[in-house]
This record gives sequence, C-alpha cells and structure tokens, in this order.
Amino acid sequence: MADIELRRLVKEYPGGVRAVDGLDLTIADGEFFALLGPSGCGKTTLLRSIAGLETVTSGRIEIGGRDVTRLAPGARDIAMVFQDYALFPHMTVRDNIAYPLRIKKMGKDERHAKAEETAEGLSLGALLDRRPGQLSGGQQQRAALARAVAVRPQVFLFDEPLSNLDARLRLEARTFLKRLQRELGVTTVFVTHDQAEALAMSDRMAVMDAGRIRQIGTPTEVFQRPTSTFVASFIGSTPMNLLDAVVDRDTLRVADVTLPLPAAARPHVRDGEQLVFAARPEYMTFRTEPDPTGLEGVVAIVENMGVGSLVSLEVAGPTDATRIVQVTVPEGQEPEIGSRGWAVAAPERVLLYRRDDGELVGSARSDATDPVLAAAGN
Amino acid sequence: MRVRAVVGRIGFYVLISLITAFMAIPVLWLLFAPFDRTPSLSTSLPEWTWQNFTGLLANPYALTSLGNSVLLALGSMVLVTVLGALAAYALSRVRIPGRDGLLYALLLLSSIVTGTAAMVPIFLLMFELNLIDSQLGVVLVLSGGLLPAAIFILKDFMDGTPRSYEESARVFGAGPLQILRDIVLPVVRPGIATIAVWTVVNGWGNFLTPFILLRSPEKSPAAVVLYTFYTEGGQANLGLISAFSLLYSIPVVAMYVFVNRRYGFRFHGGIKR
Repeated sequence: MADIELRRLVKEYPGGVRAVDGLDLTIADGEFFALLGPSGCGKTTLLRSIAGLETVTSGRIEIGGRDVTRLAPGARDIAMVFQDYALFPHMTVRDNIAYPLRIKKMGKDERHAKAEETAEGLSLGALLDRRPGQLSGGQQQRAALARAVAVRPQVFLFDEPLSNLDARLRLEARTFLKRLQRELGVTTVFVTHDQAEALAMSDRMAVMDAGRIRQIGTPTEVFQRPTSTFVASFIGSTPMNLLDAVVDRDTLRVADVTLPLPAAARPHVRDGEQLVFAARPEYMTFRTEPDPTGLEGVVAIVENMGVGSLVSLEVAGPTDATRIVQVTVPEGQEPEIGSRGWAVAAPERVLLYRRDDGELVGSARSDATDPVLAAAGN
Repeated sequence: MRVRAVVGRIGFYVLISLITAFMAIPVLWLLFAPFDRTPSLSTSLPEWTWQNFTGLLANPYALTSLGNSVLLALGSMVLVTVLGALAAYALSRVRIPGRDGLLYALLLLSSIVTGTAAMVPIFLLMFELNLIDSQLGVVLVLSGGLLPAAIFILKDFMDGTPRSYEESARVFGAGPLQILRDIVLPVVRPGIATIAVWTVVNGWGNFLTPFILLRSPEKSPAAVVLYTFYTEGGQANLGLISAFSLLYSIPVVAMYVFVNRRYGFRFHGGIKR
C-alpha cells in the first residue's frame, strides 16, 4: 500500500508538445482515483509516466515515499491493466496470470498455486487452461485483472479498463471493479474518457485538459460545483446549460430574463461584467405557467430518458439568436412539442463563471507567470 | 446455348489437362528414372531396379555430400533466424531516421551479394579471410545473402505484435531478452518457421557459392556433387543423376510437410484477434 506523489511533472515530446505540463498531484493510500479528460488531454501519458513506460522530462514521482522517477517500470512495484488487456495469446490463462511471478523467479508449483487461487477469487477457475482467444471480452478483462492482482503490487494502474466492453457488460464490470478495489485496498489510478465511469467508480477524480489538471475533487464536488466552464460542460450525462449573462447592477440578465444576482457573487463582479450562467438540466424545473425567474421558450425536442424526459427549450436571446436550454421533467409530465414553457433554475444550484477565463466567479485568477511553469520550463 | 457451354467446358478441361501434364512430366521423370535400367531424358514406366542406387552407394562422395548439404543448410538456418529475429525486433521497435530506406537498400543489395556478379569480390574477400575451402565460409556467404530478406519479413511480423504485450511484460519487470524469448518470439512463431524453412531450402539448393568456395570434394554439398556425375565417355550419367536427385529432393519435401503441419506458413505479420 502506498500513496503517489507527483511534483511539477513535465512530459514533453520531441517537437515541443507538452502532454503533461507542470503537474502536481497527490493520490492518497488506498484511494480509487480517476483521471478524466477528452482524448489528447495527457491523461494516458500521465498514467504511463507513473508506470515508467514514459520517461518524464522533468519533475518527480514518488510511490510510497520512494523516489521512482528514474526507476524501470519493473522496479516500481506496480501492476498495470491495458486497454486491450495485453494478454499473451500463446499462453493459457494460468500461464498468463503466473507470468509476472515467473519473472520474479517464483517456483513453478508455487506460482501456479498462486495463479489458481487468484483466478478462483475472480471466478476464472474453470477457464485456467483456455487461451485468451477463447475467452469473451469480460473474461479477458478479469484475466488481465487477475494477472495484476496476483503480483500484489503497491499500486494498480488501469488504462481505460472498461472501454473494450459492450455497454451492458461495462456497467457490471464497473461495480465489480469498484468492489475488487475496495476489498484489496490497493491505491488505484485509472484513466477514462467517460465521465459517468469516473463519477461512478472513483473516490476522487482529476479532470484534465491540455496536460494540466482543471479540477480535482470527489465526484460530488466535481459534479455539483465545476470550477470552470470546461469542467461544467464535460461532466454530467446531460450537458450543463451554459448561457451568456451580463451583470446589471443588482441583477443578472440572462437571455431576455432578468434574475436577481446571487448575494454570494455580488462582491466579486463589476457592473456590466460579462458572465456565463450555468445550471444543470437536473437542477432546473419546467413550468407551463409564466414564471418571472424562468427562461421562457418553445419546446423543441422531448427525449425520453426512461425515468423522466429531457426537454429542449428554444429560448430567444438578446441578439435574436435562439439558444437551447435543457430541463429534465419527471415521468408523465412531458410537454407538447411547440408549447410554451419556463425553465426555472434552483437559485442555490446556479453557478456563475467569468466569460473571459471561464473560471468560477470569486475564484483567484491564475497568474500569467505561473511559478510552476517557470520552474519547469526551458 | 447449352451445347456451346458444354463445348466450352470440355475445351477448358482439355487445356487444364495439357498444362497439368506439362508440369507433371518432370516430376514423373524424377519418380521413374531412378528405377530405370537405362534411364534417358524421356519419361516412361521403368522396369524397377535398384541398380542406380547401388551405383550411387559406390560413389565415395554421394552420401557424405548429403551430410554436407544438411550442415550448410542448418548452419545458415540457425545464423539467419537468430540474427534475423534480433535485428528485426530491434528495427521494429527503435525509431531511427531512414530506417525503411535502409531496409530497402539492404534488400536490394542482397540480391546482388549472392548473385553471380559479386562472386569475384566475394571470392577475394573469402581468400583474404582464409575461408576458402571452409564450410564456415559458405555458411557466412549464404547467410549474408539471405539475412536482409529475412529481416524484412520478420520485421513485418514483429510490427504486427501489439506494443502493449511488451509494455505489460516490462511493467512486470521483464528485460528485453526475456520479452523477446517469452512474448515476441512465440507470437511470431509462424514467421520464424517460414524464414527457417526458406533458409534451409535456399542453402540446400545453392550451387554456385559452394562450387566456387569449396575445393575438396569431401566437403562439397549434394548440389555440387550432382554436377560431377559423368560417365567415362563424358556423358551425363543419368542413372546416378536421377537416383541422386530423388534422394536430394526427399528431405526438402519432408520438411515442408512437417513444418506446415506443425507451425503453418504465413508470409505476413500480425495476429488474429
């Protein structure tokens, strides 16, 4: 068991592309940690750097208080599960699971016993003599997990562990993986581009973009209080409503509606400042009666979501441009298409962002001469 | 319409039969002539005799030459597969500028190196190296000529092996040679088998290189000894030649069958997933 410390980590590829850009991160012992971000944000590079498969340009990686920055992958006491599982096609499941133990020079009987014990725990007992090609996707994934578990490492690294499974299996595997991690209590870092996966499985998560961490926190924190419009638009299965807004003395003009400016935001904004008004569809209610605090619009689309529906309202903007506001409505209250409706945001759930840098109103502005960057740079 | 179709069919089969017969006649000669009392260049049913084979046994160099052929073929096979696999692995995994150009150039040059055009410089080189009349010298020249093509084909196989296999093994602490032995080589085994057989066949059938580089008849391989079967009158001794040709071809056919059963041939890389 061990914690992971990353200090001012930089990974620069030849040609000057910074996949990881002066990154600081501490992952606690036993934590299930998700690295989330769009493709190309550097999350996989970061994971591979922790594994030692990439040599970092500068910075420091510690696992369990031990500096492993320059150590070979095999000396870091980690186990990694790859996106394609990387099971060796010419070996049986038993030999696959036992292979890392063979590298560690464990005797044949001992390592086979250990492989069988681990496989039994992951209900692979009946498949030990099969080759990976004869296994289903879910079984291959469990075999790859078993191979990682059998090593008893200090840290697990999972690279998109669920993306090769079909949708149904992915949900099962999610629960399974979370329970396995809880039982073993091993510090785990996993990479995903699926925000639902990160929210569902992780204890804490980091949202990455362009080699930097944009927000770090528990799934609840990140979901309820995204610190930037980037995170706000990335998290949530229904995209967050982001509408341009302008401060007008004590009020906020959003689209054609004037709403009271939240008291908490008042000290941080100037009159006439351009903001972004943000509210999740789940935190808004749909009214058929006129409501002064609601955004008025015409129902354009109703999408059935099983429990309830997602209603898209076309709201007239100040410059004639219509914009879409989405609201979830409970089962049985779906409006007619073409009818008028008002989307009312719960005031305590509304978030305001500065339009210029996309950060939460009231947050400190990031300085142009970031000390971390200056130290890591050329 | 029907009649035309039938006639067309018949014509097609006649054509195929003619082509088949044309191809089959040399093979039939190889099967029948050795057992013929007076073999000629025409193919006819023999009167079954072992006379040609007993004549072959009386020749002092016939059987040892088959042994020499085995030595040369296996020697170059071992050298080409071992060096070829190592080089292909390295070339597949290391990024160096102009790598593909280098490979193409090597491939192009190799056809010249073993070819007739380079025989004089090769002879001089071997002479300077004191490798004239040495089987090692023949093995080296043969291997040198075959290696580029072997590396080229094996590299394609290695390219088809997902990197995640090796990275996975690396994370578990395996070193480069361990990875090559435990993961990469088993995965590219069909490629290795193909290269091994191809090298053996090339070494087994090569005439020019041993003919020029070897002096003593007791070191000569079968391909060279076959060339010395003449009657006193200077005529080709068809009895000995046909019997020896049969013995000479059996090992190659046997090996093809065995390797194909065991490993299966493939000339392209990649793994079925």
